[in-house]
Amino acid sequence: MFDFKVVADWLNELLNGLMPSWLATSIECVIVAVFLLAAYSLIAMAYIMYERWVCAWIQCRIGPRRVGPWGLLQVFADVLKILQKELITLWSTDKFLHKLAPYLVLIASMLTFACLPWGKGMQFIDFNIGVFFIIAVSSIGVLGILLAGWSSNSKYTLIGAMRSGAQMVSYELSCGLAVLTVVCLAGTMNVTELVEAQADGWFLFKGHVPAFIAFIIYIIAANAENNRGPFDLPEAEHELTAGYHTEYSGIHFGFFYLAEYLNLFIVSGIAALLFLGGWMPLHVPGLEGFNAVMDYIPSTLWFLGKAFFMTFIFMWIRWSFPRVRIDQMLALEWRYLMPIGLFNLVLMAVVVAFGWHF
Amino acid sequence: MDLSIFGIQSTTMAITAALTGVLLVAAALIIAWLIGPRSYTEKKGEPYECGIPSRGDSMAQFHVGYYLFAILFLMFDVETVFLFPWAVICGDLNTSALPAVGTFLVILALGLAYAWKKGALRWK
Repeated sequence: MFDFKVVADWLNELLNGLMPSWLATSIECVIVAVFLLAAYSLIAMAYIMYERWVCAWIQCRIGPRRVGPWGLLQVFADVLKILQKELITLWSTDKFLHKLAPYLVLIASMLTFACLPWGKGMQFIDFNIGVFFIIAVSSIGVLGILLAGWSSNSKYTLIGAMRSGAQMVSYELSCGLAVLTVVCLAGTMNVTELVEAQADGWFLFKGHVPAFIAFIIYIIAANAENNRGPFDLPEAEHELTAGYHTEYSGIHFGFFYLAEYLNLFIVSGIAALLFLGGWMPLHVPGLEGFNAVMDYIPSTLWFLGKAFFMTFIFMWIRWSFPRVRIDQMLALEWRYLMPIGLFNLVLMAVVVAFGWHF
Repeated sequence: MDLSIFGIQSTTMAITAALTGVLLVAAALIIAWLIGPRSYTEKKGEPYECGIPSRGDSMAQFHVGYYLFAILFLMFDVETVFLFPWAVICGDLNTSALPAVGTFLVILALGLAYAWKKGALRWK
């Protein structure tokens, strides 16, 4: 399997031979930044198209077809349109916080985006506390959403932001517990080590029953954390017009939309990392030929494929279930998911302590 | 340990990623500001509340229900922080890891049960 580290090391030596090391490091940082920007916008566009196609398919509609072949250029048209819109600032808003909120949301999603396992040797941020860092920075997004709703000084945005805040912090606990269960099994928080630990089998298959329960909990909690699916009360359109971003216009609104789709990719990517082996190919012990064939598929394709598969599940859930009420939403988290998550953690600790996993 | 791609410190990379996010927002805002129209009317600056004239300020006192959940969240979030280091070395500790963390989790579960009994989890 192709290792990106070889290319990176070669480039690093080349640059260090040509110029002082501080300049080489700066150039490498710029390369990473350009890659992140390109990947971020491409995946956002791909996801908007993907959602519209899947949604149309599930609802037996045709979906976008007019702009370009199979409607492929629809997203570009939308981006151009939204860039041309006027940026309206209300006289009653807190102007500084109103402008700050999109930055916070985007910074949170960009940081988590860079932590994902993009391929073999392609790990942009590789802390030894990897997944913990991901959980930590993803909560900056809640701050951005709360600020957006509060600073807009409109009742709908305030209610939307409060709902969103309550929902996101509540379900963050279940997400954290599901991640904790996997960390307990793997014995590491480093993203690279987590992926390498799954070389002989993904954690979903390795971890026995608790890993499977954690996977289900993670899917539900991640859906709620993204304000999607049956848990989209923060922007329940017939109650609150558009929730916390009602008062944002043009590209200002576009940032929240962008971050929402990117967060969908990020939670799918984390699910792929923790349960489906990150960029690790599917290996079945004993089938040497099969494993060798699987190794030929590039690692980045494996990661993207798993993330897109997970996203399909999220979209399926979104278009299949009716929206829940706020009391049902909070009861589901605090009365069911939380206690089950805690119990599941103990179960995993027992499984690990007695060595019952594969 | 903390070295990322190109052998750069992960902290540097994290700062780079954060700056990339700032750059993306700033660049898009500048483009929108350059090509977008600008106009001002008095009505445009009012909050959108479905066409009904808005009454009063919305930065007012707010429902205490959200506050209770925030407090509960704080309690369990700190608990997660305590559990992460334990989870990393759980495999090395073998069976001796169980009683200690079991006690901790039982106390936490009692806390959740107390909040439940008191009706903090009921939406009013």
